[in-house]
Amino acid sequence: MPADIYLNVAVSGLLTGLVYGLMALGLSVIFGVVRVVNFAHGEMMTIAMYLAIALFSAYRLDPLVMLVPIAGVLFALGYVLQRGLINPFINRPEHSQFMLLVAIALIMVNGLLIVFGPDAQSVQTRYAFDSFMLGRLIVDATKVYAGIAALVVAAALFAFFRFTLAGKAIRACADNYAGALVVGLDVKRLYALTFGLGAACVGAAGCIMVLLVDVTPPLGPAYTLLAFVIVITGGLGSMPGALIGGVLIGVTEALGGLLFTPSAKSMFAFGLLVLVLLFRPQGILGKSPS
Amino acid sequence: MTTSSQRKPARARAGLSRRMFAAGVGAAGVLAGTGTFSIGRAQGAGLKVGVLLPRSGVQAGIGQDCQRGVEIAAGILKDLGLPDLAIMNGDTESSPDVARSRAERLISEGAQLLVGAFDSGQSTAIAQVAEQKGIPFIINIAAAPPITEQGYKFVFRNFPIAPVILGDAFTNQKELFAAAGTHPKSVAFMHVNDTFGSAMQGGISAVMPRHNMPYTIAETIAYDPAARDLSVEVAKAKATGAEALLVVSRLNDAILLTRELVKQRWTPMAVLSMGPGWYEDQYFKTLGKLSDGPLSFVPWYDPSKKLSKQLEAALAKAHPGINLNTNHIYTFEALLVAADAYKRAGSTDPKALADAIRATNITDNVSTGPGIRFNEKGQNDKLSNSAIQNRDGKLVTVAPKAIANATLQWPLPAYDKRG
Repeated sequence: MPADIYLNVAVSGLLTGLVYGLMALGLSVIFGVVRVVNFAHGEMMTIAMYLAIALFSAYRLDPLVMLVPIAGVLFALGYVLQRGLINPFINRPEHSQFMLLVAIALIMVNGLLIVFGPDAQSVQTRYAFDSFMLGRLIVDATKVYAGIAALVVAAALFAFFRFTLAGKAIRACADNYAGALVVGLDVKRLYALTFGLGAACVGAAGCIMVLLVDVTPPLGPAYTLLAFVIVITGGLGSMPGALIGGVLIGVTEALGGLLFTPSAKSMFAFGLLVLVLLFRPQGILGKSPS
Repeated sequence: MTTSSQRKPARARAGLSRRMFAAGVGAAGVLAGTGTFSIGRAQGAGLKVGVLLPRSGVQAGIGQDCQRGVEIAAGILKDLGLPDLAIMNGDTESSPDVARSRAERLISEGAQLLVGAFDSGQSTAIAQVAEQKGIPFIINIAAAPPITEQGYKFVFRNFPIAPVILGDAFTNQKELFAAAGTHPKSVAFMHVNDTFGSAMQGGISAVMPRHNMPYTIAETIAYDPAARDLSVEVAKAKATGAEALLVVSRLNDAILLTRELVKQRWTPMAVLSMGPGWYEDQYFKTLGKLSDGPLSFVPWYDPSKKLSKQLEAALAKAHPGINLNTNHIYTFEALLVAADAYKRAGSTDPKALADAIRATNITDNVSTGPGIRFNEKGQNDKLSNSAIQNRDGKLVTVAPKAIANATLQWPLPAYDKRG
């Protein structure tokens, strides 16, 4: 096999992995602060994907242009969900939280089925079939734009947590819940804000992902699972870990598929997860419980 | 101003508390969910036929295309003087497990005959249920040979099995290569790794040597039918240096494969498809000009038959702009067999129906071949294939020569020169 094929596939995996990373980032942010695992994560992304498709079909608005408004809508959805439904479950056993979020996920999938039907839908942008040729390297233009957009959104999120007062307050809640209460932070509001930010993050990821894949309502659970694999690999609760995990999974799937059999490429992602769990259970950038 | 003592009797009069209202809404939701998502209710009198198709999930596009065959059947069956069928719709959700449970549910709700299910894995699951319950099952589309090799008494298939599809495909390919005056020396073989794809892959290994094909298979690449990205698969196929692409796919993956061919700037000499996907209307709609050129070697219809023309007209009336294809044809013919058997049996008794189906002899039909008749295994072994090509959003038959209505366009026009 020519050597350039490996580079082609690795670059493709890297760019896809950045989008995976952005999606998982939302899950990691929510778990890192609220300590609730969002089992409706992939479903929230499919909602964003359908919003992008609806806007593209009606007004020919590019999903990348609509990224900020759609992320805003998802932020509102996440905020309301947390304040109205999830907050009462914060101190309940994990299985109760699990049941609640799985129920929310099921409602989302079936709601999408009722509204949009079961057919696969996609957006056909004017650059959908473009590719860049750099020597013998052929790079899918859509994936380049998607990768750049994912990096920009991730950087904005990092900046928010590092440089804004609200971001610092959220980090304080995550680091020391009791301490945050003692200094008078409105933890309930900050939790809702965090859930909203996680949802906005996955909303942005949905706008980007819709450029790469066709969407059907049952797509959500597969992406929820993928997000788990990524955050556990990168380190549950670690934001840079989620991005690194996404890139690692993207590249591993791509190269695994090329070197062995493409139909088993998910196996390599899970193989990586097993290795991480065996040798670094807290994830690549996760903190050890000790 | 209303006091609490005044409100209480009013609520009692209405006979409805908030708790009862909530419970009512919940119960209505459950009932509505049950009715909407899975089984449509049978309407009217006649034989109750449960039609199981993948109406959601990865095969939803094809399942809904098959449903068009169901929709246009009623009028034609009436014109043919055949009795009414009461259709009960079931969704297999593109999953064999769901197909099994939906088949059981349809039977428990009164289905007297089952039709479906487009996919070999799902049809295998339904066949087991049908045989166990003693309810006739007519397969519309499914090519895996084992389904009719189990000695089942209630399972019938009016669709060619994988080795037949492949044998005809290789024969038709050689005819086309001769017409083109050239042929690929090697192909990359890409296939879905579901029941159908694996059966076809096994069949190709067994059948191809007997046909002395002028090309070799440079590499076999299996992929997940639910794959969302086929860039690695296409990159791998391109890297083999193969001149053409041999594919066994479904609809979504056919679209993904084409997109990747364009993005990776590879126009093979030909795309030779041995399955669905490349001739579907959804493929045309999604890809526009990029959909032109692929050749599909599939069970098709004889355009010269009277019933074919009737079916084409009915489809054009019900769904303007949709090309008649395998999904409509074989789903319609499954219902034709059911109605014909019901008329002859004069009863909804499952055994009488099964005996009547076994004795089927329909010559006024649509599919290519002499007609519909089942052998002792419940298989119609007289069907043959055609080679069809996508041309300007339409489907033309290019082989066998006896029923061709167009000449071959060869090689595949370059993707980057289509405007």
